[in-house]
Amino acid sequence: MASLVGSRVERKEDKRLLTGKGRYTADINISNQTYAVFVRSPHARAKIKKIDISKALKAMGVVEILTGAEIATDKIGGLIAGWAIRSEDGSEMKVPANPPLAKDSVNFVGEPIAVVFAESLDEAKAAADLVNVDYKVLKGVINTAEAMKGETIHDGIEKNLCYDWLLGDRKAVEEAFAKADKIIKVDLINNRCIPNAMEPRACVVDYNTASEEITLYTTSQNPHLSRLIMSAFGGVAPENKLRVVAPDVGGGFGSKINVYNEEIVCSWASKKIERPIKWVAERTESFLTDTHGRDHVTHAELAVTNEGKFLAFKNETIANLGAYARVFGTVTPTYLFGPCATGVYIIPAAYTNVKAVYTNTAPVDAYRGAGRPEATYTIERLVEKAAMELGIDRTEIRMKNFPTEFPFKQTLVHTVDSGDYVAGLQKAKQMSDYAGFDARRKKSEANGKLRGIGVSSYFEACGIAPSAVVMSLGCGVGLWESSEVRFNPTGQVSVFTGAHSHGQGHDTTFAQIAADELGVGLEAVDVVHGDTDKGTFGMGTYGSRSLAVGGIAIVNACRKIVAKGKRVAAKMLEVSEDEIDFKDGEFIVSKSNKKKTIGEVAFACYLPGSRDSDFKSPLPEGEEPGLIESSFFDPANFSFPAGSHIAEVEIDPETGEVKVEKYTAVDDFGRIVNPLVVEGQVHGGIAQGIGQALHENTVYDETGQLITASYMDYTMPRADNFPDFNLGFTCTHATSNPLGVKGCGEAGAIASPPTIMNAVIDALGGQEITMPATAEKVWKACKVLKKKNAKAA
Amino acid sequence: MKTFNYHAPKDIKKASKLASTSSAFLAGGMTSIPSMKLGLATYKDIIDIKHIKKLSGIKVSGKSVTIGSTTKHAEVASSKDVQKVIPSLAKLAGGIGDAQVRNRGTVGGSIANNDPSACYPSACMALNAIIHTNNRKIEASKFFKGMFETALKKGELIEAVEFKIPEKSNYQKHPNPASRYAIVGVYIAKYKKEVNVAVTGAKSSVYIDKDLSKALSNSFSSKAIEGMELNSSEMNTDIHASGDFRASLVVTYTKKAVEAC
Repeated sequence: MASLVGSRVERKEDKRLLTGKGRYTADINISNQTYAVFVRSPHARAKIKKIDISKALKAMGVVEILTGAEIATDKIGGLIAGWAIRSEDGSEMKVPANPPLAKDSVNFVGEPIAVVFAESLDEAKAAADLVNVDYKVLKGVINTAEAMKGETIHDGIEKNLCYDWLLGDRKAVEEAFAKADKIIKVDLINNRCIPNAMEPRACVVDYNTASEEITLYTTSQNPHLSRLIMSAFGGVAPENKLRVVAPDVGGGFGSKINVYNEEIVCSWASKKIERPIKWVAERTESFLTDTHGRDHVTHAELAVTNEGKFLAFKNETIANLGAYARVFGTVTPTYLFGPCATGVYIIPAAYTNVKAVYTNTAPVDAYRGAGRPEATYTIERLVEKAAMELGIDRTEIRMKNFPTEFPFKQTLVHTVDSGDYVAGLQKAKQMSDYAGFDARRKKSEANGKLRGIGVSSYFEACGIAPSAVVMSLGCGVGLWESSEVRFNPTGQVSVFTGAHSHGQGHDTTFAQIAADELGVGLEAVDVVHGDTDKGTFGMGTYGSRSLAVGGIAIVNACRKIVAKGKRVAAKMLEVSEDEIDFKDGEFIVSKSNKKKTIGEVAFACYLPGSRDSDFKSPLPEGEEPGLIESSFFDPANFSFPAGSHIAEVEIDPETGEVKVEKYTAVDDFGRIVNPLVVEGQVHGGIAQGIGQALHENTVYDETGQLITASYMDYTMPRADNFPDFNLGFTCTHATSNPLGVKGCGEAGAIASPPTIMNAVIDALGGQEITMPATAEKVWKACKVLKKKNAKAA
Repeated sequence: MKTFNYHAPKDIKKASKLASTSSAFLAGGMTSIPSMKLGLATYKDIIDIKHIKKLSGIKVSGKSVTIGSTTKHAEVASSKDVQKVIPSLAKLAGGIGDAQVRNRGTVGGSIANNDPSACYPSACMALNAIIHTNNRKIEASKFFKGMFETALKKGELIEAVEFKIPEKSNYQKHPNPASRYAIVGVYIAKYKKEVNVAVTGAKSSVYIDKDLSKALSNSFSSKAIEGMELNSSEMNTDIHASGDFRASLVVTYTKKAVEAC
């Protein structure tokens, strides 16, 4: 039987999703449901003096209006930061209370204050307009770099500083810097991005007055984790009385990891008003209140020798957390960022210092890549600049500093199990016709255009798991993943996973894995996810962990099935267990060629009896009936995908428009389960990263109003912004899991911003500009370049 | 969206009669419906004019192209007649919004709304258009009064727009990267005795750039305007482009338009 793992199997879920048969949260309606509309703060920072709901309560169709006062009375907990980070001086991070409905003060535009439940959406909206909130408006703290100098937003959190974190050795770095031939410096802004999942957030809550169970349908990347947080910290209901269902979810990119205000409020309120509740965000609410991504201000330096050897690295970053610390908010700019800051290079001394600040803007949390794009942008800008300043080819300087032996013990934190960075960069050079660039540049110049080339080599730590490691770094939970595999009596297999698919294609890829392990056809396998009442448990999908952690739990559960199957087959075939081989779905006695299919064994497991008095049970002594196994997998290490990307851009100096002419990506994701799905992930990641580099510009004005709160002003990249992506792969197997797989979901978004910016800056003759490289910024830089060239001539 | 009365009259007279201070004509609805959904506009009566057959269609005479007000952008873009006599007008229509917008949005709706960054007003100005209403004929130069303001009176309905066929013409747009409206759109039209350079997106309303028009009337070549610097003090400034950038783009796209003629 040909292996399904490694095949370009078309996505099973596409037919359903592309023909409008997906079932998203907003598609769910419960009879007798009420409609929720939230009253939100129009101010970035204000004290709430009074909330008057009297008029609104009298409005047509209103069922109930609730505010932060009731939340406090009912002792419903607030939103949480999932990771506890310590400052360099040993002190614990400072986290403000974040109640689901603001009671005394508001800290960003869009923060919910009250909620109206009405018989129709229009009535709820009309009544929400009648809720009268009396504010004392205060001066907001908006700017990342200036946040520590602003007024204190949260009582007792001086300088608006959550933590001042250090990873690495300052002394060793300073010593190495003193010996350097040259020091390369960059000042960078990693621009804030708004995730913009295609499906806005939504929740539908159904409270069963008889069983007192709350069912929450919601747009979540991790329903079990949501249940745990809502139960343990929100106090909404005990876990056994709370069912969280995340049905089809239209994209997350990190923005649907968090349990949000609306989910907590609606779940709590449904029990209070004894009515089902439906809430669906409007697009503006998504812009204002979905967790945003990135938002760093960085100064970084690289100490080098004249020959281009890297000696030491330092990184001083201010990371904007927004108004509150959320689930991955505090770890994203620390342990997901700092350890990757030295990139794919041997750099003997390094440190990263991060000051995380609160501002009166939407909370910032994990966004595709989470910390690793910021890290890669920093080191890859430095490396490119070093090549330019030292007059060394940009690929040569990289290869000079690549490790060539694995496992590679990085200066900070990670031991990278496998990789071949030289092979990746060589392949990318060859695929992109790196050698032919000068000729292409001349051709562009003859047409009055500027052409630049950019390279970025990256690695990242993903497949976020090892529980012992992450918990030692401050994570509040273990990040294992679980699976249950049920082999039904009639031969089909249900695979329950705690990972969640919101575009990743798990229905297909996980089925491929299980089908191969069990030797059954792909069509016999169903993947079940997204419901806490189905399946064991799960930590969900983010950090490119579904396959490298969740997929392995499936492998292990399948192997337990096979192991039991072998014991049963041995009894059925009247041989000892070690005389049996399992191959392509058959248990075969090697010497006699007698066999039983896995289907026959499964059937026997469920029907271990007969009316025939001579019938011998197929189950060995002490073996239980049934064929269901589960597994919790907790790997020993992260997975470390890596690769090199090369881009070419052409700039029209008169309009400032940047056209991405060529994009080549060579990635090492270890063993690839489904090339079609992986290529899709890489395409999406690159598109998202090019979006950050060239288009996506989140703008708050000085009062904290979000200027880019709609698609009229927030530039989402579109298909015509991209060339065909030229993809290649190299393969070194991960050693931390039995499939040898590495995560692939975030790589494109990690590698592409520096690749593109290096190309743009190359075209501009080395002039640095900030992301996104919008037309006007580029046009201005072109004018400077023209003047400089005229002077030189 | 607040509730409203919906009317679908079959002729112009009835449509006009229904109009009041709290009504709006609805053609493609590409601006009015989103505005109503967002609560930015509320009307008591919506008068849908799509069912008035007389308002739709394209006619070409020797000297002009007349396009009915409810003719959709997609129809103008794909019209063989328009492509033949004023290809730049077909190109302009084909570059508005996206396919969905072009299948609903209309020329009359676009110019009646007079969005400062809409494409069509520049075509009207450059192509010496006459706006035919149910009461009168208005020259384009007297029609566009300012940001979202036109010479239309209450209850006055655009029936058709008559564009004068030029010797040569071209439209170039620097799109807003997010909305794809014009940050700057330049429509140039060359007639026997004059060249018109109409600019949209750059100021509070569409206008004829007199300096560029004059320079090109004297010599119709991109060299004639090379290095020209426009006064940017009245140019729009927003997060996508400053007034200085817009001023530069107007010259750049005028050059591109001349070169494309």
